[in-house]
Amino acid sequence: MRRAALISVPYIWLLALFLIPFLVVFKISLSDIALAIPPYTPTMRDGFWNMLSQLDFENFIFLTEDDLYWKAYVSSLQIALISTVLTLMVGYPMAYAMARAPDQWRPTLLMLVILPFWTSFLIRVYAWVGILSNEGFLNQFLLWVGVIGEPLTILNTNTAVYIGIVYTYLPFMILPIYSALDRLDGSLIEAAEDLGCSRLKAFWLVTVPLSKNGIIAGCFLVFIPALGEFVIPSLLGGSSTLMIGKVLFEEFFSNRDWPVASAVAVILLLILIVPIVLFQRNEQRQAEAET
Amino acid sequence: MAETVFAPWDDPTAEPIIRFRNVTKRFGTFVAIDDLTLDIYPQEFFALLGPSGCGKTTMMRMLAGFENPTEGSIELAGKDIAGVPANKRAVNMMFQSYALFPHLSIWDNIAFGLRRETSDKAAISARVEEMLKLTRLEKLARRKPHQISGGQRQRVALARSLAKAPKLLLLDEPLGALDAKLREATQFELMDIQEKTGTTFVIVTHDQEEAMTVASRIAVMDEGRIMQVATPDRIYEAPASVYVADFIGDVNILAGTVTATGADTYALTWKDGAAPVTAVSEATFTDGQQAHLAVRPEKVAIHTTKPEDVDNLLKGKVLDIAYLGNLSTYHVELPGGQIIKAQTANTRRLSRRSITWEDPVWVGWTKTAGVLLDT
Repeated sequence: MRRAALISVPYIWLLALFLIPFLVVFKISLSDIALAIPPYTPTMRDGFWNMLSQLDFENFIFLTEDDLYWKAYVSSLQIALISTVLTLMVGYPMAYAMARAPDQWRPTLLMLVILPFWTSFLIRVYAWVGILSNEGFLNQFLLWVGVIGEPLTILNTNTAVYIGIVYTYLPFMILPIYSALDRLDGSLIEAAEDLGCSRLKAFWLVTVPLSKNGIIAGCFLVFIPALGEFVIPSLLGGSSTLMIGKVLFEEFFSNRDWPVASAVAVILLLILIVPIVLFQRNEQRQAEAET
Repeated sequence: MAETVFAPWDDPTAEPIIRFRNVTKRFGTFVAIDDLTLDIYPQEFFALLGPSGCGKTTMMRMLAGFENPTEGSIELAGKDIAGVPANKRAVNMMFQSYALFPHLSIWDNIAFGLRRETSDKAAISARVEEMLKLTRLEKLARRKPHQISGGQRQRVALARSLAKAPKLLLLDEPLGALDAKLREATQFELMDIQEKTGTTFVIVTHDQEEAMTVASRIAVMDEGRIMQVATPDRIYEAPASVYVADFIGDVNILAGTVTATGADTYALTWKDGAAPVTAVSEATFTDGQQAHLAVRPEKVAIHTTKPEDVDNLLKGKVLDIAYLGNLSTYHVELPGGQIIKAQTANTRRLSRRSITWEDPVWVGWTKTAGVLLDT
């Protein structure tokens, strides 16, 4: 009895905070837009069975008819994918350096990675506007050094979105890779060198495979939130930056088309389920490998 | 004497495979190796023995190429290997932790080094199979390191380090992680494999019994210096210093001044008022020189009645008995408080043992039983 009560806690949590809201959103996605409060029809006021009979997949069909939506999905996937690769390229060397740093330095370095979380995410993204704009710090610095003759246009382009995503999600990439590299036995690298590997080869044949789980975890932790990212593209991206998070926001708040916005959200969730399941499997395998 | 005795160190024409020449290694101000000169010959099973922190691991890491000497040179087969990185040396190492690659199967672990030097799949496969057979691991080839036992892992590590047929194999405390029974079996296995492959082995250990069992010669080290290099029997029976005598096995030490009583016999006055003990020594001492007599407990006989015709005889009483099953060590306290250890083989059952605590006894040894040492 007590065991059942204990196990039920996370399930109740999931039910209340995930499944029920999802069902609500799903129901709205099957409704029609209406000039009412809430702005869709039918509602429970029409009676439960009556309401069910009026639901249809019209909004989902609409999403396939307007190419804005699938373009936004593809573009989001592309941006999320590229940002993940960029984050990995920046994060791996950092994690590696941290794991190789002298013991007394590691807590400080770890602290520095986590430090940005102490400030509001929104403020940090706004700060990038100040850095990247035509009159921003970066352009002023480059002009002063003399590398460029006229300001670079970075803000309101996809480049700015990449910079923003890499910056924001870097700790999520560094931490799992660091924890994998930290556990790596240094004598394995020596053994590889002893058996004829150059430093680079030993890194490629031993260090990388042994930090694979960390890399996979880091990539999912970046890719999953980046796919639905809204704040970064809307603040740093331009009008040509097409991301599903932005589309969702506009459908919901600008067009007040809750049913279509809900349909967009449901599709986004379905797309995300694939990497989430893969991520879970990776975590599980890692846990099994450790026992 | 049979001429098949393996003793290249006594042969002035033999070429050493490794030559340490005045090697010094410092880490900051700490001197790990202090002006060390040493020759190791092909096909030797050479043991570096010493307490932890004596510099034995540093010597091994210098041979492997993970450290470079601060001063002096190390030659491998006549060539200075100072600047040669680890991956370019014909030296392989078996790590204390075994350092097996956890993401690779046993087969791939053994093939790892081979793949670095050739892409000939058939040759690699043949060599790996040969190594698996040598270490009796054929059935485990497809397993991962975490799926096999400690003893099996040890054999994989050995197979992997032998696969490239190195000129020199370094073994860093290879049996440290095994339990006593398995360790003993593995020691003989190691000797067997060393003999079969004809590779020069250098083993680092702090376990003197292990060094005595496997090695052709032992270097006893302390604080970055070599105290003595000799065959196990010489190390045990003719230690060069009190440190070596004390480090290897159990020993009774009597300190005092010597006076010559014959061509090579000396009397050691070890206590005022007590009869001096006599000892034969190849080394010469001047009268009145400080010296130590080292006698192994098993060479000290214990008697309940005063025996006749014993070179050195001391009276005392039994303080302690350490019963080891096959052996018993009696701690006999002499009147001045000095303890002499005497060891006897328990050829009789315990119930018929004639000596017990507080018994007055005589301990005696011949004049050739001990070694007279100046330091």
